[in-house]
Amino acid sequence: MADRLDPTLSRRGVLTGGAATAVVAATPAAAAPLPPRPAKATPMMPVRFTVNGESRSLTLDPRTTLLDALREHLHLTGTKKGCDHGQCGACTVLVHGVRINSCLSLAVMHEGDAITTIEGLGTPDKLHPMQAAFVKHDGYQCGYCTPGQICSAVAVLDEIKRGVPSHVQADVAGRPQASNMEMRERMSGNICRCGAYSNIAEAMAEVAGGAAKEDRA
Amino acid sequence: MKAFTYERATDPVAAARAVAGHPGAKFIAGGTNLLDLMKIEVETPTHLVDVQDLGFDTIERTKDGGLRIGALVTNTDLAADERVRRDYAVLTRAIVAGASGQLRNKASTAGNLLQRTRCPYFYDTNMACNKRKPGSGCAAIGGYSRQLGVIGVSNSCIATFPGDMAVAMRVLDAVIETVDAGGQRRSIPIADFHRLWGDHPEQDTVLRPGELITAVTLPKPLGGQHFYEKVRDRASYAYALVSVAAVIQPDGTGRVAFGGVAPRPWRVEAAEALLPQGAAAVTERAFQGATPTKDNAFKLPLATRALAAVIAESKG
Ligand SMILES: Cc1cc2nc3c(=O)[nH]c(=O)nc-3n(C[C@H](O)[C@H](O)[C@H](O)COP(=O)(O)OP(=O)(O)OC[C@H]3O[C@@H](n4cnc5c(N)ncnc54)[C@H](O)[C@@H]3O)c2cc1C
Ligand code: SF4
Repeated sequence: MADRLDPTLSRRGVLTGGAATAVVAATPAAAAPLPPRPAKATPMMPVRFTVNGESRSLTLDPRTTLLDALREHLHLTGTKKGCDHGQCGACTVLVHGVRINSCLSLAVMHEGDAITTIEGLGTPDKLHPMQAAFVKHDGYQCGYCTPGQICSAVAVLDEIKRGVPSHVQADVAGRPQASNMEMRERMSGNICRCGAYSNIAEAMAEVAGGAAKEDRA
Repeated sequence: MKAFTYERATDPVAAARAVAGHPGAKFIAGGTNLLDLMKIEVETPTHLVDVQDLGFDTIERTKDGGLRIGALVTNTDLAADERVRRDYAVLTRAIVAGASGQLRNKASTAGNLLQRTRCPYFYDTNMACNKRKPGSGCAAIGGYSRQLGVIGVSNSCIATFPGDMAVAMRVLDAVIETVDAGGQRRSIPIADFHRLWGDHPEQDTVLRPGELITAVTLPKPLGGQHFYEKVRDRASYAYALVSVAAVIQPDGTGRVAFGGVAPRPWRVEAAEALLPQGAAAVTERAFQGATPTKDNAFKLPLATRALAAVIAESKG
């Protein structure tokens, strides 16, 4: 929807060589001037946050989601757009270390926030332990959901450590364990079309210190 | 998404005034329901007032031994609060049965109460829907209604309130606190908060335009065993077909509310008084006058069985 109504938000346009492509694809009737604005333009808004430790300032249409700001404006395309409705988890990023769906958040709501994307967790030369574990355990096939899976997985282990309860915990007053059941439940917000789930849980178990292997059913 | 302007409020009354004084304005908290609906233009606010800086993000003890939960406390923080896990476990259990980890990190207490129905026709702007477009008709009546309501519905709308947290809050007799543009405060018992659809399904709750939720209070703990049994199409990350929130005391008495069946968390006090007689007695009374469709009639026996499972579990 956003693509059609606001070509600046188009997901493919920037990747394949600029807004012009998006305008042609999005509005075939096509006399749209550049930069393309809808009839009733909204005032642009400034926003400043840090991404992967670097301070970034943007001036955005308030409709821009955090996901589109990262991908289209900052060209950090590691974070993926899947459903764009909070149902698949491909857009998962960390804000102050807490995982959220970047598609269901406006960039302007993140003034002053510290955002970490897959690009900020590790680099090809220096992988984050979770990235290394996903490689080792084959925690993906096509790889599209992987950045979201890894960001989510890192946050899940932190949530378990902080004692955030889950649906599968027998006693919610007690402390959660990094068990296989817990990983599976806590990762349910990340859908993998290839079905790499069991390997993802293995990767997480390794990073968690092997705790998950013990109770694997 | 339709164009809108955006501001970040720093004072509750100013926030209420900003929404009340601007036709088409809305509050935004976590944004997980509102933005979802704005993307498909089911919601088309012209102005957004972001309430994240209002400071309603703490949980405090009340004078009478209960808890006062700020409107902006996230679902994750509420479920994880030590006092909630210990004394109001039904609430923790209901919250962690809903949505996903990522969504619960953003979902606010107020936003969760105000999330809109998941009726598929409400989401499809090509279809008739009295809730989305008053007077346009209801495509669900006579249409696909498996997920929709069996009681408290009307000839205008048969949608359900979809949330989990509120079902537990209904069992706990939570009270919703608000402030309006004139600085007037009000306390609304959760029993009166969500409207039955009647002729005006476009109005989900009794909130007035610009009325801001500031907190939700819980009375002192009830003791007893706490349960939230959610029956859904997959084991995680799905809305309830039927859910049961229950607090059961050692003598077999207790409180019960059902989710996924009505426009509001469905609790009938005269029905829960029958708990010692077993699940069937309770649901027979609770669902007296139910008007299921052929697609969702299964919810009635399912509610009985879900409650029977809870009662069996309470007996160890
Ligand atoms: C894929 C998916 C699955 C989900 N599954 C479940 C589930 O299984 N169970 C469940 O219970 N929920 C589920 N949810 C819903 C989720 O819990 C809600 O989206 C969330 O609780 C809304 O909170 P929010 O703070 O993001 O609200 P927002 O989207 O910010 O706001 C929602 C509404 O509340 C209003 N509002 C917000 N704050 C205030 C305030 N202080 N005063 C007055 N009005 C206010 C807004 O104007 C808006 O109309 C799911 C959501 C998604 C996207
Ligand atoms: S049941 Fe309610 S929400 Fe669904 S189509 Fe009918 S009026 Fe709309």
